[in-house]
Amino acid sequence: MTHRSDRTLDVRALARVEGEGAMHVRVRGGAVEDVRLEIYEPPRFFEAFLRGRRYTEPPDITARICGICPVAYQMSACAAIEDACGVRVDGPIADLRRLLYCGEWIESHTLHIYLLHAPDFLGYPSALELAKDRRDLVERGLALKKAGNAIVELLGGRAIHPINVRVGGFYRAPAPSELAALARTLRVALDQALDTVQWAAGFEFPDFHHDHEMLALTTDGRYAIEGGTVATTGGLTFGPGDFEQHVIEEQVPHSTALHARLADRGRYLVGPAARYTLNRRWLSPLAREAADAAGLGEQCRNPYRSILVRAVEVVYAVEEALRLIDAYEPPARPAVDVPPRAGVGFGATEAPRGILFHRYGLDAEGLITTARIVPPTSQNQASIEDDLRRFVAARLDFDDERLTAECEQAIRNYDPCISCSTHFLDLTIDRG
Amino acid sequence: MDDDGLPTLAVWKFASCDGCQLTLLDCEDELLAVAGRVRIAHFLEASRAVLPGPYDVSLVEGSITTPEDAERIQRVRQMSRTLVTIGACATAGGVQALRNFADVDEFTSVVYAQPRYVSTLATSTPIAAHVDVDYELHGCPIDRRQLLEVITALLVGRKPNIPAHSVCFECKQRHAVCVVVAHGTPCLGPVTHAGCGALCPAHQRGCYGCFGPMESPNAAAEAGLLRATGMSEADIVRAYRTFNAAAPAFVELSRVTVGPPPAAGPGEVETERR
Repeated sequence: MTHRSDRTLDVRALARVEGEGAMHVRVRGGAVEDVRLEIYEPPRFFEAFLRGRRYTEPPDITARICGICPVAYQMSACAAIEDACGVRVDGPIADLRRLLYCGEWIESHTLHIYLLHAPDFLGYPSALELAKDRRDLVERGLALKKAGNAIVELLGGRAIHPINVRVGGFYRAPAPSELAALARTLRVALDQALDTVQWAAGFEFPDFHHDHEMLALTTDGRYAIEGGTVATTGGLTFGPGDFEQHVIEEQVPHSTALHARLADRGRYLVGPAARYTLNRRWLSPLAREAADAAGLGEQCRNPYRSILVRAVEVVYAVEEALRLIDAYEPPARPAVDVPPRAGVGFGATEAPRGILFHRYGLDAEGLITTARIVPPTSQNQASIEDDLRRFVAARLDFDDERLTAECEQAIRNYDPCISCSTHFLDLTIDRG
Repeated sequence: MDDDGLPTLAVWKFASCDGCQLTLLDCEDELLAVAGRVRIAHFLEASRAVLPGPYDVSLVEGSITTPEDAERIQRVRQMSRTLVTIGACATAGGVQALRNFADVDEFTSVVYAQPRYVSTLATSTPIAAHVDVDYELHGCPIDRRQLLEVITALLVGRKPNIPAHSVCFECKQRHAVCVVVAHGTPCLGPVTHAGCGALCPAHQRGCYGCFGPMESPNAAAEAGLLRATGMSEADIVRAYRTFNAAAPAFVELSRVTVGPPPAAGPGEVETERR
């Protein structure tokens, strides 16, 4: 089985990721000849059927791209449409949006840490199996996830596909007393989040480093979540309006997700590791201390350690949520008026998995003429493939079962949100 | 039943956003209890471990949009003693069924530079259009409480208690003020299947129909109500053609609602009707 210079290996289901796809690795003459992340999630054509819809509809419609990160789609859609209409939303409404987004970061990151990723490090097929031995750990994860969902449910109406988000703000703003009850839950969650960092810091991390250019939003004074300027570790900076000049999307035959690259620079990486590397100085002192104690340095270049970055970001999001609740003054009205006008608008926010870009063109009546959505996972595809190529090349002596399991883990490092969706990642390693 | 005597549960995904099966993982307080009462035999979002079929209960999320999935659902049906579809995609084609009213080749060319690489059907259809379905759970996404009711009912072999009445009943139950009467807000509540707990009216917005049609909706009355709130015919058609676009009752409602073309400017509506 091992040390064959040409081999083929098939695994039919990569579990615990979001999205339908396949992994194909071909080894010839002892060298990795080809690596392809084949995403075959059926296309759903959101950009096509958004045309002709009213400008008020994308927050509800694009939420349905992903059940795990619907808030990200709602926030990028609102930002782009308000940009097109020349409206700026700030003050308490903007704070409520950031609070809502903190909720999504907490629930999505905790889902990934406990239910999708940690079982890899602990040698279990699932968190449900882990619960048979360590019920306390899984219960802690579920409680933390529930705290994130509690924020989304209070501000958004429900955890999956929130109903309370609209262009201009919200349909209903919460009363301070409702937020006070939430704060009690979050104070417990803060301890759970700190324990999570400490727990994950004890995992064994393979020695693996990459040098992808990293890209994330940045905002002076705080960790970027719901907006900001795009920056890269290579020194590029640009506004969301210039995103399409810098990020080129290309279709490749083996994937229904488009591949993105930086113009004249090539592959790049978005997501928690990129955010951490570019924005670490804006973390709260407590989150930075947790990161230091967990052994994260100034930057995160080992994709396996992304689980630690997620855990640190959960600490930050819980603290930030508490801060926003503490400072909350209800807005006079839950939304500002956004009268339509003809134009084009751009919006970019930090989804749990990385930057999510939207662009809409509107006509004078507010009907959508064009739509473009660039999700994080398609931006990461080329970097994931590059990791796998180098990862497999260094482990050709592993037997097929072990190599396959480790390739799956290497993909899960990036928390791919493939439709953003499920799980028929059909992993094929062709060595023959 | 497997060796432990526990019924086996499988979860399957077709074209969808993952939200309905995520609802199971979002049962944070009940997940471990449910996991102790069933053997999760196939649930790739949650586990690498896969047991061979047949399965006592299959939960199916998503709609059929590719030739491969049209074949795969047949295999899932053969392996499943009881098959329950969960969510608007599985029960009504989902938001991706908007292609059913359009030219899918044109849609493909909008999204992809090389449409020939993309294999897709011209329609997005519910699971019941392909195989026999034992039970349907509505919603975009499904409701956590309804999901737990279905799973626990199936475990003890009784019929799930999921009412098919309208959102209006739930609105009254939670003492929410009627947004149509009080504010003149357009609302699909009178024709929409209960299950969400009247979330939108409780947040001062009208129901947008994400649970699909109730049993026997009154199309003419709802059409009059929506017009009275100021919705145009095009607005009304779009409202029905969103997350449950392929639900027959919503297709019918959008037709009844449009009715005879208005005196001026029927072109836009007629174009949308196809």
